[in-house]
Amino acid sequence: MADLTKPARAPRPTAEPSRWRAHGRTRRSTRTLRVRTSAVIVVAVALAVLVVPPLANLDEQAVDLALKLQPPSLAHPFGTDDVGRDLLLRCVYGLRVSLLVGLVAALVATVIGTAVGAAAAAFGGWTDRVVMRLVDTFSSVPHLLLGIFIVAMFRPGVWPVIVSVALTHWLSTARIVRSEVLSLRARPYVDAAISGGASRWRVAVRHLLPGVLPQAALAAVLMVPHAMWHESALSFLGLGLPSHEASLGNLIQSARGSLLAGDWWPTLFPGLFLIVPTLAIAGLAGAWRERINPRRRSELML
Amino acid sequence: MTTRRTLPWGPMARMTGRRALFAVPVLLVVTFGVFAVAAASPFDPVKAYAGTAGLTSSQANLDQLRANLGADQPLVARWWDWLTSALTGDLGDSSVMRQPVADVIVERLGWSTLLAATAFLLAILLGTALGVLAARRPGGWLDRCASSAAYTLEAAPAFWLGLLAIWFFALKLGVLPAGGLTDTDSDVITLGQVASHLVLPAAVLGVSQLPWFFLYVRQGVGDALEEDPVRGARARGTSERTVLFGHALRSGMLPMLTLVGSRVPELITGALLIETVFSWPGIAAATVQAALAVDFPLLAALTVLATAAVLAGNLLSDLLYGLADPRVGFDG
Repeated sequence: MADLTKPARAPRPTAEPSRWRAHGRTRRSTRTLRVRTSAVIVVAVALAVLVVPPLANLDEQAVDLALKLQPPSLAHPFGTDDVGRDLLLRCVYGLRVSLLVGLVAALVATVIGTAVGAAAAAFGGWTDRVVMRLVDTFSSVPHLLLGIFIVAMFRPGVWPVIVSVALTHWLSTARIVRSEVLSLRARPYVDAAISGGASRWRVAVRHLLPGVLPQAALAAVLMVPHAMWHESALSFLGLGLPSHEASLGNLIQSARGSLLAGDWWPTLFPGLFLIVPTLAIAGLAGAWRERINPRRRSELML
Repeated sequence: MTTRRTLPWGPMARMTGRRALFAVPVLLVVTFGVFAVAAASPFDPVKAYAGTAGLTSSQANLDQLRANLGADQPLVARWWDWLTSALTGDLGDSSVMRQPVADVIVERLGWSTLLAATAFLLAILLGTALGVLAARRPGGWLDRCASSAAYTLEAAPAFWLGLLAIWFFALKLGVLPAGGLTDTDSDVITLGQVASHLVLPAAVLGVSQLPWFFLYVRQGVGDALEEDPVRGARARGTSERTVLFGHALRSGMLPMLTLVGSRVPELITGALLIETVFSWPGIAAATVQAALAVDFPLLAALTVLATAAVLAGNLLSDLLYGLADPRVGFDG
């Protein structure tokens, strides 16, 4: 998922205009449909996560054993879990926790990555070489393993999870920002600013940073689902959030017992809550990337 | 076509040697980082070693234990001790497995390799086949279905797929065992038992890696099908089969070859989850157990091992790329 080096497809030659135009129209309409669906889902997720918890209060400790493990029905669209809590409500709460952790971790990772990448490119020379070697070293440890190690050493909890996700995700941002700054630095307007007497700091803040921000922001948006995925995996392994702050990973982990008894719904729905927002964010980010870089026909990127 | 040209062993060996030299500082930094994180964390090796007995024993005993374990020494000294004894094959003792770390690794590495290799092979073969079929008719129903499925699979967590696979194949249909290496009632490891227990974990791990291979092949072959050599071959009246396999697939496979080595970290990530879900007695499941029990010697050794595997994977992908495309060469 962190792979951002997908080869770009070269623009198609526009021979045979009639055929290609027809082709282009259907492609554009599926793209609009994709973007609209993605936008609707993202808005729905944001609303659900923000509005539902204050309205429908879920007591995570409440137990109603008479209603335990009800299959999906009208009263409980997703069924109930092994102690009789409504699964839909629990999934929304879990999504809220996962999304929050993902957002904070992606934000921290983007700030680190932008700072490191910009510094490496701006200073150049030895600093650049040492920093990029360090980035290579970091990326040769598998991300989840590094996350597991950090969480194991600092004991499971919200902050170790956020730190471990952030520490493993800044690498790609640093690489993107560095290459972007390097290409911006060679532009004539930067030369003009330098010969006009602008200080290093002014060039960085006034001319380089605004050029880099869209790319960094795009990387940050794409990082949110990845961070959520990461947090769920850690929680699933029992190395994530404490069970009273159940994230989607915790929900799947605690449903393992009822799954082995044949009840599929406590496992299925939290997973879907992870997949659908991920796809929606990827769909929106694809459209955004096309706007930043229209020459490049974009593929969905997760 | 058999021995038309021999492999460039010399440049390949030189590249391997260069990479091995580069791997040394990387591994040194990683081991040091592991020790530094442990030193900065609230983790205390003495308490971990003593367990519940540590709560009742006297301070003098604890100090003695601390000296015996070498935990009173500064970070660099501890790191250096570990490093020198690791080079002689002594990686310390695992508290959760109750045996030397080296034994744990030797015992479990084979099972993990079996699982990962089967899954990788499955992902490559199936991904290539589906990718070629989808690239033949871009926008066709197969392309659309397979691409949508691939994006969904990319977003799906591997452990969730594993759990659903257990529910469906082991519980609903009852055709495959749900986990472990052998049936619970047998102690002997037979080939048939292992094969039947391997199917589900390897299939889920393979399927979770499949989308990347599929999308790369589809993209590569699709691009190659629109290039001049293919147009020329078609104009000459070459059969569709030859065009697809002789021209498009050969150049379209290039980007996928780099993927083979560079997917190793993701494969390790997937194995961490899948081995836990299926209680596969491999090295990744041991990593999770070590993390849950805060078993530092085992965790440190396995982190370093995984890093070495990733570096080897990078080397493999560069070697393959150099072999497939002589213009790239072996200079990296």
